[in-house]
Amino acid sequence: MIFASFTALASHWSRNRLQFLALLLGLALATGLWSGVQAINAEARASYDAAAATLGEGQYDQLVTETGDRFAQSTYIALRRAGWQVSPVLEGELRTDQGLVQILGLDALTTPGGLAPVGMDGETDLLEFLTQGVLFANSETALRLDGQVTLAIVVDDNIAPGIAVTDIGAAQRLLDADNQLSRLIVARAQPFGLPSIASVAPDLVRQPAQDAGADRLTDSFHLNLTAFGFLSFAVGIFIVHGTVSLAFEQRRGMVRTLRAVGVPLRTLIGVLIAELVAFALIAGLLGIALGYVMASVLLPNVAATLQGLYGAQVAGSLQLRPEWWLSGMAIAFLGTGLAAAAALWKIAHMPLLESARPRAWAVASGQTAYRLGLAASVLLSIAVAIAIWGQGLVMGFGLLACLLLGAALALPVLLRGAVQLVERHSKSVMWQWFWADTKQQVPGLSLALMALLLATAANVGVSTMVSSFRVTFVDFLDQRLAPELYIRAQDEVQAQALETYLIANAREVLPSLSVETDIAGIPSDLFGVRVGPTYRENWLFLDQSGDVWSDVAAGRAVVVSEQLARRAGLWVDDPVTVAPGIVLPIGAVVADYGNPRGQAVMSETLFKQSFPDIQPMQFGVRSDDPAALSLALREDLGLSDAAIIDQAAIKSFSLDVFERTFTITGALNVLTLAVAAFAILMSLLTLAAMRIPQLAPVWALGLTRRRLGQLEMFRAVVLAFLTTVFAIPLGLLLAWVLLSYVNVEAFGWKLPMYIFPGHYAVLSMFAILAAVLAALWPAWNLAKTPPSLLLKVFANDR
Amino acid sequence: MVLSIQNVTKSFPGADEPVPVLRGIDLALASGETLALTGESGSGKSTLLHLVGGLDSVDGGTIKVDGKDLAQMDDAARAAMRRSDVGVVFQQFNLIPSLTVAANISFQARLSGVVDEARIAELTEALGLTPHIAKFPEALSGGQQQRVAIARTMAAKPKLILADEPTGNLDEATASDVLDQMLGLVADTGAALMIVTHSQIVAARMDRQVHLRQGRLA
Repeated sequence: MIFASFTALASHWSRNRLQFLALLLGLALATGLWSGVQAINAEARASYDAAAATLGEGQYDQLVTETGDRFAQSTYIALRRAGWQVSPVLEGELRTDQGLVQILGLDALTTPGGLAPVGMDGETDLLEFLTQGVLFANSETALRLDGQVTLAIVVDDNIAPGIAVTDIGAAQRLLDADNQLSRLIVARAQPFGLPSIASVAPDLVRQPAQDAGADRLTDSFHLNLTAFGFLSFAVGIFIVHGTVSLAFEQRRGMVRTLRAVGVPLRTLIGVLIAELVAFALIAGLLGIALGYVMASVLLPNVAATLQGLYGAQVAGSLQLRPEWWLSGMAIAFLGTGLAAAAALWKIAHMPLLESARPRAWAVASGQTAYRLGLAASVLLSIAVAIAIWGQGLVMGFGLLACLLLGAALALPVLLRGAVQLVERHSKSVMWQWFWADTKQQVPGLSLALMALLLATAANVGVSTMVSSFRVTFVDFLDQRLAPELYIRAQDEVQAQALETYLIANAREVLPSLSVETDIAGIPSDLFGVRVGPTYRENWLFLDQSGDVWSDVAAGRAVVVSEQLARRAGLWVDDPVTVAPGIVLPIGAVVADYGNPRGQAVMSETLFKQSFPDIQPMQFGVRSDDPAALSLALREDLGLSDAAIIDQAAIKSFSLDVFERTFTITGALNVLTLAVAAFAILMSLLTLAAMRIPQLAPVWALGLTRRRLGQLEMFRAVVLAFLTTVFAIPLGLLLAWVLLSYVNVEAFGWKLPMYIFPGHYAVLSMFAILAAVLAALWPAWNLAKTPPSLLLKVFANDR
Repeated sequence: MVLSIQNVTKSFPGADEPVPVLRGIDLALASGETLALTGESGSGKSTLLHLVGGLDSVDGGTIKVDGKDLAQMDDAARAAMRRSDVGVVFQQFNLIPSLTVAANISFQARLSGVVDEARIAELTEALGLTPHIAKFPEALSGGQQQRVAIARTMAAKPKLILADEPTGNLDEATASDVLDQMLGLVADTGAALMIVTHSQIVAARMDRQVHLRQGRLA
């Protein structure tokens, strides 16, 4: 019985292959977009974790030479003998036939806990590691090393990509660097009364541990990517919901017959669920494959973006990580369940004797429109309430969900209203029929149009977000990297000579004075700045009062970062204690993206009065000819290359990285619009069969098939245009929620929002183009419908 | 008795209060017997047929099919009864549009697990459907579709056949032809037949006729 029922239900698909394809592809595309984005996120996160665990970068202070060159092992021995808890590291590149591999030599006995090769947790013989040498690498790197080295290779996928970890001695042999080291890791806990590093190892300088700023910025990037993936999934679910509902609706008659001939309801529901599970499984696997391909194509750009923006190392190739393909399958099942739940409920509660009704008419009923409008009003009201009173990240996502769902549900009502308005003003009988007919088609196309609305809104939202991010970041770079050169002095004597030299040879000299302190109870850095044209021209404030820089220069005000202001509950004009005995009003609040520590900026003079022992060791330099000045500094003062940083080059590189970010966003935009176009195509094709009885009388009354085809095409364009008109404000609202609400709740800082009308015009054109392409085939089919098919509508025996 | 109906009542919800449709029906049907149920539109004919088929449930009274009380059965048991003991032929044919004629004919027999290929072939031939077995229902005329529905019911060898206006959608000549074939098949198998009809011509060909008026047997 179960098999016979299954065969009967499944036979529907063999007669409706297009619908079958729409269902599978809709779900596969939805899963693909979600799992693709998740794959990129999972890969990037795994890479950070591996890098942190393997290299320990950012966790510990490091001792390196000024120039970054290797140094003698005897320096390390001298420091150890002096009591310093340091551990040696040797890094270098090994050329293999398959490309370069970075060799990382560690001393397993002195490396701080958590940094040793992860695989050395019991299975590997420590003696073998120390005496014969073992290379730890992830599977991809291990393949590259296979046959290239004589050492044993242990595969450990927790090792960062492109890196092989080994004992320091083995590394020295491999890299042909006997008795040489690259850096020393400084343990956090050190004995008291140690001699200074400068006295024991004068060639080495101490680099402080990095703060968590990069983590927070990358988290922001991932959160936004995840939001985009989720939106894309929502678009896909609208397609699946549409196709599943239609398929169930079309099979209502069959379901009634099956029950009438003796198939129990429970069996029927069970068979339908089994069918859905099969769909979810096939489409889920297909979607994961699609996501994998998408992520593989996009990952190199994402990797370059993350590396360039935040210095985060990400592998350029993708691994099949269980967490993302499992989440892909889960989302495929969840999506199918969500899409089919209502349809299954209807079948379970459908009176056995109720006759089947075409879906279009059911949805078209005024009652449905009223219910949709009511649900939309409730959801949008909740969204407004959250925007006003809600707090927290969960509320932020609640706001997003209510806003998007509410807007999607309101769309049919808005479209009907707009079409009705045009209908009232149309004079000719043909156009009156056309608008009345269009109004009648809205319910049938509403799910596809909702998908287009969400896709376009997501694109507008994400484009606004990324572009705002770019504008803000460029401003931020202009502000922070305004000096063409940044120069570090080795000691105070050199610093004084350098300042004198620079004042004589540069346009403007900006000494960097800073001290770590607590301001309003928040761990912060206090800066003393020499106020000049650079600060006045380049610093943009989130909020300010009066002539900020004149007040700062005169010691009458202080500039604080947004993080400090928000966490301390302070804002412009509030007084704040910045140093012992110095209370100044806040003159301005400045953005300091990604830095978890607070920042306050006061005048150089006031700073020197408060902290007379602190001398500037670093200088920002404005110069009309930075290359010549850089050369002169090397020649006249003997500065090393490492001491002079060309900030213009860094800025140019960062801007280049943003172009890559745009490539990713552009690709995701095209994909979501393609999904929406697919939704429209499928809706039009599935509705095409229902259209014949509606169009046949109009054809019989004298409208040619060609004209009918043209009108069908025009209808798609009109509806897509109206949908796009509604999508733009929705997208801007979406961007506002992401930038001003979610980002603040998640990271404590707000990204300013900029409007880009040119982008939206292009996106609207793309959305309409997608609708035109989707409508082309059904319109062509209609124009070529054989008269015999239209005549059948009037046949008595049907 | 294949069918025993005692004091059955049924109402449907109305605007203000429930509208009684059946007001205490008593009826019995033996194996091999044919019965025509006639009456005005809205007299409760189809409702009684649906109650007997277990497609709906009674408000009061009892209906026993082959000695089993329908009121004591859950949905699954009533479905099992429809698979094996009762066959229903509808005015709207209710074929499965995505299955071929051959698959439609054998469908109920496959559900009840009593597939008799020889019997199916015999029925197909007797009803003149052999040239159409590979076609889908949409390619058949109304008369042919009703023959497929009859073949589907007969192939499952039910003890009781319920037919709701089986010739209502057919022209006179086709209706007569279909009825001849149905009665011939019923006679061959010894099943009982209860047919709901408006047509006096159809009713006259049954062993017995009962008339429903305002929910009561006249």
